[in-house]
Amino acid sequence: MKSVPDANAALLQMCGISKTYGERKILDRIDLEVAPREKVAIIGPSGSGKTTILRTVIGLVKPDEGTIRIDGAYLWHEETQGGLKPAGERHARKVRRAVGIVFQQFNLFPHMTAIENVREPLVHALGLSRAESDARANDLLTQVGLKDHLAKHPAQLSGGQQQRVAIARSLALKPKIMLFDEVTSALDPELVGEVLHVVRELAHASEMSMLIVTHEMAFAADIADRVLMFDQGTIVEEGPPAQVLKAPQNPRTRQFLRAVLER
Amino acid sequence: MSGFHWEWAFAWSTVPQLAEGVVVTVIATAAGSAIAFVLGLVWTFVRIAQIRLVTPAVWFFVQFIRGTPLLIQLYFLFYVLPTWGLTVSALATGIIGLGLFFSAYATEIYRAGIEDLPAGQWEAALALGLPIRRVWTGIILPQAIRAVLPMLGNIVVSMFKQTALLSTITVLELLAHGMAIGQMTYRFVEPLTLVGAFYFAVSYLSARALRSLETRDEVRA
Repeated sequence: MKSVPDANAALLQMCGISKTYGERKILDRIDLEVAPREKVAIIGPSGSGKTTILRTVIGLVKPDEGTIRIDGAYLWHEETQGGLKPAGERHARKVRRAVGIVFQQFNLFPHMTAIENVREPLVHALGLSRAESDARANDLLTQVGLKDHLAKHPAQLSGGQQQRVAIARSLALKPKIMLFDEVTSALDPELVGEVLHVVRELAHASEMSMLIVTHEMAFAADIADRVLMFDQGTIVEEGPPAQVLKAPQNPRTRQFLRAVLER
Repeated sequence: MSGFHWEWAFAWSTVPQLAEGVVVTVIATAAGSAIAFVLGLVWTFVRIAQIRLVTPAVWFFVQFIRGTPLLIQLYFLFYVLPTWGLTVSALATGIIGLGLFFSAYATEIYRAGIEDLPAGQWEAALALGLPIRRVWTGIILPQAIRAVLPMLGNIVVSMFKQTALLSTITVLELLAHGMAIGQMTYRFVEPLTLVGAFYFAVSYLSARALRSLETRDEVRA
């Protein structure tokens, strides 16, 4: 397969994305395209910009420079006859509907039960009826193996169960692109497997494109079509997992993988 | 009459009249709290929304209320507003005064509750495409208010004690009845002691209830 998909076919197109916090350049002119159905794993040391790039895709971080195009629509711009015109949060809210994200810290709403968490975007973002939302939330939670925990609050669930609720919740809007931001990093080791299992099944079964930031190299090798190695705000190496993870060319990738595997 | 002398029979005889005062005190506290909680939330939103001229005006108003004695504010409402043609009953004036005064404290409490919420709550709500109105009413406020419930409770307890000031603008609340009994009978010790004991009992029990509310929340969190 091609390592960079055809631009016309790209579901996500990021051009020249830069972001600076104070003195630190977190993202340095990143170009990134993701094709429909493509699963892209992002690896790299902490502070390399891999989480920031995910947050940029869904518009939680607004880049200083560059354009983001999701399923044909610009996230922070409107297309006019004279070219691109900057657009605000209201415009971004519509465009980002095509994107879902699962956070490292779950970010469930603690005052709501599992099913209420999943129902929330169905009722209030999609405007579905209560009955229809309930039915769909029920299906989604069943899909992630939580059929018996619908009425529990996050505090009554294990970390792995909470993260699975969060996955179900982000699936509710049927996003075309799913972002996974180190979704197992906050979990106790024995709970990592159940969450990876759910993500793996999704990756194999669904039509969604995925961007997956992870430190689980075996998992990345298993599900990714392409691996990106981030370092200091740039993509220093990319290619199929067999190449990047097994036979890295870049010395920084090699050094990083050695450090991760020796953990 | 000299020395301390306490007559139980007399003390009991004052209870029915004092009870009338208790009713007024409770009404003033309840209505004043409702005003303080609603206005405090309004001030909080105006401050968050950063509206030109309005936000600085509200900020100044809040500082002013916090920086002047409640008694002066009550006098102003009671003696000055009627000269501008605004007349309401003494009790209503007192309730408005208490509500305004404590709204300036409630707004700080709401603000703290909102700011203390983890950023992840906002991020999840935005990422899920919830309309901003729903983010406030469904996600942020329910959690923020729950977190500061004990502090809002403290406002009610403070206000309950400060209702005694309403006696200075002719409201016949608990202290005013106690004083009236004293002036009528020339015996102050029994009515004033009972009045004080009532304030203390309610404040103490409320403070204990609020503390247990706080610890219950900590256990849950």
